[in-house]
Amino acid sequence: MPLSFPPEAQQKIAAIRARYPNAQAACLPVLHLAQDEFGHLSDEAIDAVAAALQLPSAHVWGVVTFYTMYHRHPTGKHILMMCTNVSCMLRGGYDVLHALEKKLNIKAGENSADGEFTLVEEECLAACADAPCLIAGEKYFLRLTPESAVAALDEIKKMPPDHKPHPSSTSGGGH
Amino acid sequence: MAVTLENMPKLVMRFVGIEGANRLDEATRRGVYGTYKKALGMAPAAIVDEVKKSNLRGRGGAGFPTGLKWSFIPKDAKTTYLVINADESEPGTCKDRELLYWDPHTLIEGILISSYALGCQHAYIYIRGEMIREHKVLQRAVDEAYAAGYLGKALDNAGRPGWKLDLTVHRGAGAYICGEETSLLNSLEGKRGWPRLKPPFPAVKGVWGQPTIVNNVETIANVPHIIEKGGQWFAELGTPKSGGTRILCMSGHLNKPGVYELPMGIPLREVIDKVCGGVPGGKKVKAVIPGGSSMPPLDASELDIPMEFDALMTDERIKPVQVRPGINFDMGGGKILRTMAGSGGVIVMDETTDLVAVTARIMRFYAHESCGQCTPCREGTGWLARITTRLAKGEGRPGDVDLCASIAHGIAGNTICPLGEAAAWPMLGFLTKFRGEFEAKIRKDLAPERRQALTQPSLVQIRGTGYQGTALPRGRS
Repeated sequence: MPLSFPPEAQQKIAAIRARYPNAQAACLPVLHLAQDEFGHLSDEAIDAVAAALQLPSAHVWGVVTFYTMYHRHPTGKHILMMCTNVSCMLRGGYDVLHALEKKLNIKAGENSADGEFTLVEEECLAACADAPCLIAGEKYFLRLTPESAVAALDEIKKMPPDHKPHPSSTSGGGH
Repeated sequence: MAVTLENMPKLVMRFVGIEGANRLDEATRRGVYGTYKKALGMAPAAIVDEVKKSNLRGRGGAGFPTGLKWSFIPKDAKTTYLVINADESEPGTCKDRELLYWDPHTLIEGILISSYALGCQHAYIYIRGEMIREHKVLQRAVDEAYAAGYLGKALDNAGRPGWKLDLTVHRGAGAYICGEETSLLNSLEGKRGWPRLKPPFPAVKGVWGQPTIVNNVETIANVPHIIEKGGQWFAELGTPKSGGTRILCMSGHLNKPGVYELPMGIPLREVIDKVCGGVPGGKKVKAVIPGGSSMPPLDASELDIPMEFDALMTDERIKPVQVRPGINFDMGGGKILRTMAGSGGVIVMDETTDLVAVTARIMRFYAHESCGQCTPCREGTGWLARITTRLAKGEGRPGDVDLCASIAHGIAGNTICPLGEAAAWPMLGFLTKFRGEFEAKIRKDLAPERRQALTQPSLVQIRGTGYQGTALPRGRS
């Protein structure tokens, strides 16, 4: 089923487009918008972005697959970005990651069965002085322990979801 | 250094921790945008001269003199761009995030002054995609500056009649490589973040083919202070060749990790012991990464070095990085490599740290982030990640240590952008200073003839050492 942007999103795209000398430069911001709108960047969502900016779908496809924050598959409502790079690793980042994996019964990179969370093992999140750290939406969870990270899940569940559900999805998450 | 911990004025971090200072009203009340008004009374060339006089050097990693970079813009350029690199992602670095959140208006003021000096009419801030909170705060600050008429409104009485500046915040989408300036420009153009060959340098041919200056957040946040108090005042704060203060991001095994604005050239030992309260449990320091994970580490005997661009490159108390014992790594032209000040990300590791595991984690990072454009980096970082991981697990094979050195040496200098060096330098640096730890990880239970066959590294052997041609995990999705 082809996707199209609702009128409000179309206005936003026009405003984004006006900030750049050509349409191609609007590719990244419009992809962010598409992901917020459609939940993830399915083939149809990529085509919608390509059509909106009059770019070849192949170009948009190439951009989407280059960057880790563009999701080609459905994600949970909340994306947990857990850092395990050196500064976090030295202060127990992997213990925190494993505690989250155990609590959610998934491995990093997977969605929880209830569709609430996607757990991502991240590279350095630029909060090294407060390691180990996790980002969920607009919020940082700092100086984590396995216990405080698991406890944070309840708080994150109450936050607004990172994106709208994909129009074709029935469960709002899952694999 | 001209100032000490006790008498150093806080410049770029003056508003960090002050609630509300990131809103226009409060920022203006505290004097932000006052210097911009002063700058408009100056000739653009006079501003560039002040920045040159200040000895301000780029805070993103390379430490290149900012005024000199600015002077590379061709004189007859009609359209020029200023792009702020806020794609902070070098492991261990966490300073720009603080500045973006607590003090976006001083950054905008710095962008206004710099753009006026350079004749830019549109500036872009490329902010890291993961910084969702900072993006929101920064966008709000830009909107406020538009509403107040600092942005988007033509001036008629300044040194550039009719000049106005537009400012756009551009979000990245998760790619370490986009912190490299030419990759950042490709990403800004809506492409994959593949680095470009230099020359042409961005100052001659940058974004959309136009002359472009790419500066780090901390660099531009210093500009209002330089124009307010004068280039000479700023230069005198620092060391003879590096003006101003320096933010150090202190992480790892420390009692008080944190982001600190410190005198340029403060000795590392003083930062660890005095500023950060030493190492927990009274343990000894084993190794320190002085400027983000791409920099060769220091060992415990090298902690009295001043934390300043030139000292970290040339101080003879820092042992040169070697390709193998007795042979120094050649940076080209016979120049040796010690280490570099990089991005100011300092990671301290105590005596209990498994440095082979740390190296393996660093190599995995660069393998994950290699953009795939150049073969030595794309393949070499993957090999290094696999071999160091094998070593870290205690499954190393005879020859692995030399093999790592040989691969790293084969990457450095043979790629378009410095991500290759960013992997090779720490690999060689850890091997130079902690070789014994790596050798101790080699399996002891191999049959003698197998050991013999594996002692001489070669390309053929790499095929036989576990490289399966499989992709590394690419994060999510």
